[in-house]
Amino acid sequence: MSKTLFDKIWDQHVVDSIKDGPQVLYIDKHLIHEVTSPQAFNELKDRSIPVFRPDQIVATADHNTPTINQHLPIKDALSKNQLEQLSKNCSDNNITLYELGHKYNGIVHVMAPELGITQPGMTMVCGDSHTSTHGAFGAIAFGIGTSQVAQVFASQCLLLKKPKSLRVTVNGKLKKGVLPKDVILYIISKLGTNSGTGYFCEYAGNVFEDMSMEGRMTVCNMSIEMGARGGMIAPDQTTFNYIKDKQFAPKGIDFDKKVAYWKTLPSDIDAVFDQEYIFDADDIGPMITYGTNPGMGIKITETIPEENNSSFKKSLEYMNFEAGSSLIDQRINYVFIGSCTNSRIEDFRVAASFIKGKQKAENVTAWLVPGSKQVEAQIIEEGLKEIFDNAGFELRQPGCSACLAMNDDKIPKGEYCVSTSNRNFEGRQGQGSRTILASPLVAAATAVEGKIIDITKQLN
Amino acid sequence: MEKFTKIISKAIPLAIENIDTDQIIPARFLKATDKKGFGDNVFRDWRFDKNGIPNTAFSLNNPLYSGSILIAGDNFGCGSSREHAAWALVGYGFKVIVSSFFADIFKGNALNNGLLPLQVSPGFLTVLMDTIHKKPETEILVNLEKQIISIADTNLFENFEIDPYKKTCMINGYDDIDYLLSKKEMIEAFETQRK
Repeated sequence: MSKTLFDKIWDQHVVDSIKDGPQVLYIDKHLIHEVTSPQAFNELKDRSIPVFRPDQIVATADHNTPTINQHLPIKDALSKNQLEQLSKNCSDNNITLYELGHKYNGIVHVMAPELGITQPGMTMVCGDSHTSTHGAFGAIAFGIGTSQVAQVFASQCLLLKKPKSLRVTVNGKLKKGVLPKDVILYIISKLGTNSGTGYFCEYAGNVFEDMSMEGRMTVCNMSIEMGARGGMIAPDQTTFNYIKDKQFAPKGIDFDKKVAYWKTLPSDIDAVFDQEYIFDADDIGPMITYGTNPGMGIKITETIPEENNSSFKKSLEYMNFEAGSSLIDQRINYVFIGSCTNSRIEDFRVAASFIKGKQKAENVTAWLVPGSKQVEAQIIEEGLKEIFDNAGFELRQPGCSACLAMNDDKIPKGEYCVSTSNRNFEGRQGQGSRTILASPLVAAATAVEGKIIDITKQLN
Repeated sequence: MEKFTKIISKAIPLAIENIDTDQIIPARFLKATDKKGFGDNVFRDWRFDKNGIPNTAFSLNNPLYSGSILIAGDNFGCGSSREHAAWALVGYGFKVIVSSFFADIFKGNALNNGLLPLQVSPGFLTVLMDTIHKKPETEILVNLEKQIISIADTNLFENFEIDPYKKTCMINGYDDIDYLLSKKEMIEAFETQRK
């Protein structure tokens, strides 16, 4: 029978099936961080259960870490305690940890792919909903709760019902200035925030085939914002080239053997999906959000739609926007380029190419937060830091930062922030903050102009 | 995990759609390393203003409403995977969340904490919402064994779905770790055969 990419990987990882119930799914890689793991370690300790396969777990500190002066002791007592607990839990259980300051430290979804930990055909989980990022490699990767983190610690397995399959196809040629972030924001704006719930999504079509791995990660990262537990893209030569020679990638003949296996994974031509959506690349433009969920997005040239429903109105009220108005010329005082969605080297290259030779607007505070120590080093090595410095941008140290504002990187109440992150929920970037999601290009342009501009005019 | 069979309780209405886990428990409260105390900060930024003054317009602060059942708008629990959201709702005293749709990860987290995510039809959700708004003292009955939710002193009810395995876990207070540990040999055999 014909199978999808998802079916092939899932079926190879089923250990057992409960009649009329869930299946026992084997997990190849378990990524952990400081915020969603401590209660899981406590659970095991309380029940005297050992960690079953510590060598299949990799830990990093990212959610709660400062992005300046990382060499100094952490001031916030609770954050410090959480990071110390992670270090202790990892050392007590023989788990590899890339802690603050380590050359491999970074946001979990940036660090694992760039080290070659993420590979096609794997099952991967992490106590973080953006684990869907790793699906860019043709892996089944999804976010889990802390109870499930404990389950994987105890058994390297999870009890799960197989989700339904969904395919989103985008064919055609993307217009100038349209980035992977715009593609996924466009898809979510069309499908809504819960259309993917209960599904695992495969992205297909030449638009994704032509994308870099960084771009594919941006797309898969936001699958959860339409409700899908995960998103995937079939592995191809772009994938293999990216993985080759990475720190933890298979080497030599082992690599060749793996590639031969990875080539068997793409969905069969006649595979059937439970749900299909098809879009035309030509319809996509640079995107921006105007509301308080990622589905509330428009092309930068469009006006805010009108909807007669109380949740929609509540959302516009929070943002202090009006239906029917345009966001062009909206004054913006904060710009954030970072997060597991857009903090890879390619994102900073895009930003730098726009910023080069220009100056940041005086009213704007602009934070550039690389996704990892490796990205940070590359920014310096490629001379991008100099461009940012000269233009008045602040390059910070790696971490999740203002995406969820757990550390000190918070947007003040009432302020707008054009952000390359993934969520524009109320207060997401700080109490009372107002988030406008966009691509790194739109974010960079906003920082230079001090207001939202029609980027398409500058490019044509 | 606490056992769950049935409850009779008044309910609190929260007629907002797409309630995300950042609203249920904002990220700044995720620095704790145990599961306690999150109930104090459930819906923190809707319940209180920046100076900690309660927002009297918010239904959880309205003395007319009480009970261990929350009736919420469509697509409840979207966003972050933080299980802290389930801990916060349980910590506040909720045992059942009723909505017309739940986000996947939240649903699993709730079930793993003895909190029942009870999905009803959009029509029945409207009936529930209207009933509670008009008569806040109305009691709602939830019977997990029979998979029925009903409104006391009326003939209004609806059957709801739940995974049979999860139902057994909820009724008996079992969790998935117990089950997975019982499969250890099978898991080891699976690992050996893959090598």
